Amino acid sequence: MAAIELRDVVKTFGPITAVDGLDLEVPEGICLGLLGPNGAGKSTTMRLLTGQAIADSGVLRVLDYELPAEAKTARWQMGVVPQLDNLDVDVTVEDNLAIFARLYRVPDVGAAVDKALGIARLHERRHDAVDELSGGMRRRLLLARGLVHEPRLVLLDEPTVGLDPQIRTELWTLIGELKARGTTILMSTHYIEEAERLADEVAVMHQGRIISRGRPAELIGEHAGRFTAEVYGPPDRLAETRAEAESRGLSVRPAGPAIAIVGSERADGLVPDDAVVRAASLEDVFVLLTGEEAD
Amino acid sequence: MSAVATPAPRRLRRLERAAIAGVMSREVANFRTYWKGTTFSSVMEPLVYLLAFGLGLSATLVDEVNGVPYIQFVGTGMVATAVIFSSALPSMFGTFVKHRFQNTYDAILAAPVDVEELVSAEMLWIAARSGTYGCVPLLVTIAFGLDPAWGMLLTPLFCFVTALGFSGFGVAMAATVAKIDQFNYVTALFVTPLFLVAGTFFPIDGLPQGFQVLAQVNPLHQLVELVRGGAFGYEWADLLRFAFLVAFAAITWRVAIHQMRKRLID
Repeated sequence: MAAIELRDVVKTFGPITAVDGLDLEVPEGICLGLLGPNGAGKSTTMRLLTGQAIADSGVLRVLDYELPAEAKTARWQMGVVPQLDNLDVDVTVEDNLAIFARLYRVPDVGAAVDKALGIARLHERRHDAVDELSGGMRRRLLLARGLVHEPRLVLLDEPTVGLDPQIRTELWTLIGELKARGTTILMSTHYIEEAERLADEVAVMHQGRIISRGRPAELIGEHAGRFTAEVYGPPDRLAETRAEAESRGLSVRPAGPAIAIVGSERADGLVPDDAVVRAASLEDVFVLLTGEEAD
Repeated sequence: MSAVATPAPRRLRRLERAAIAGVMSREVANFRTYWKGTTFSSVMEPLVYLLAFGLGLSATLVDEVNGVPYIQFVGTGMVATAVIFSSALPSMFGTFVKHRFQNTYDAILAAPVDVEELVSAEMLWIAARSGTYGCVPLLVTIAFGLDPAWGMLLTPLFCFVTALGFSGFGVAMAATVAKIDQFNYVTALFVTPLFLVAGTFFPIDGLPQGFQVLAQVNPLHQLVELVRGGAFGYEWADLLRFAFLVAFAAITWRVAIHQMRKRLID
């Protein structure tokens, strides 16, 4: 059974089509990274899955529940970690968790809170108000709050957006532990590295639909080849090299002050000696497919 | 499945008690952090009003109204003032802040709670709080010489039902306005007039005919009459007054849910 099944889902906001014929299936037990630039429709997709947005058309099933009719029951088995910190800042860490344990009808609230405190590594701070915690602790608490009822499916909406690298790494460790337990995860992100490190499969979303999907290595092999050559130099030289590469059917994308020739193993004699040749990456795929610069 | 995990799936119903209790438990947890200030102002405000209007006016201008000492007339009327200010305003501002600034409702609606349960819980909590604080002016008036009566035991119920209606009104307004400063219009157009023509400070039968008619559809006026009924003796019309308040609460409940659903669900 697929944990998530979306068929030809459309969601518009006035003249804007946020989700445009989206097909997405997430099998149980995997972590799927929904990778896309800002405005690709990732957050709208997340809201459709929680019943906080209603699709104009299409079929949505989550954990075998039909949405939006059975959205409340589906949410009972789901955990959601939002992009924005919406903890109750004046309330203690423990109470923040207990409130959600009650909302999820957990039979033993005390045990659930203890377990979630363990996940967040916040046992020592359980009686402190949230506004006394550091940014990293708050994000860990937010994650633990979404797991307090041991959900079968977890939606992570840009879980590390705006965080500094150290906190991001902490959260990646926690998400890694969640994956290891076999929980199904759908994680929206626009961070390439996050998708690469955590996701079993990546679905690239652009303009409201999935434009490519596969394991990171498969996507790289399919769309970017083996190597990428970054060529540096004056604009005239770069323009010349780019034109030549494109005339040979190679993909070229801007890479800061350089241009990147993707699939450079096929660029016989074109890559200058001073170019930096590296393994092709998911970032190359992302930029080629979406035309957007990656974070 | 471990000891803490979610129970075996079943289809969740409308207006589940667990969802409403869960949302209210959040309010209680927050209230524990600010109850002292709220309680202080709830006691001080009627005290100040009673000193200013009750003692001040009764010593200089008004001795009694319809045979009731003026301080007791104002004190029993002040219950309605306490109710509207502890229900309509907190529900307006609280709902707006939780939705727009704190994103609290996004978190709650990602759990197995729907808008109907969310709004119901918010209204019940505000009404419970307001029903309690609404009784403070009556207690203060008793301290100023009002004789306790058995009928007063119904005052918390009257306050609760009225506050339920005004909290629904507040939630609906919060879901309707675009910006927080638009509450100035709501206050000026609805809250203040309702408060002034409730019969708290002067009997409404001295007002022009039009205002007297308007006062009859003012829930606060009905509450004032019920509270005075509890203090000085009920009449049969009080049953109709109470039914009116129940209808007011039921209507604002449904309107609040409708408006919040429009606001919260895309």
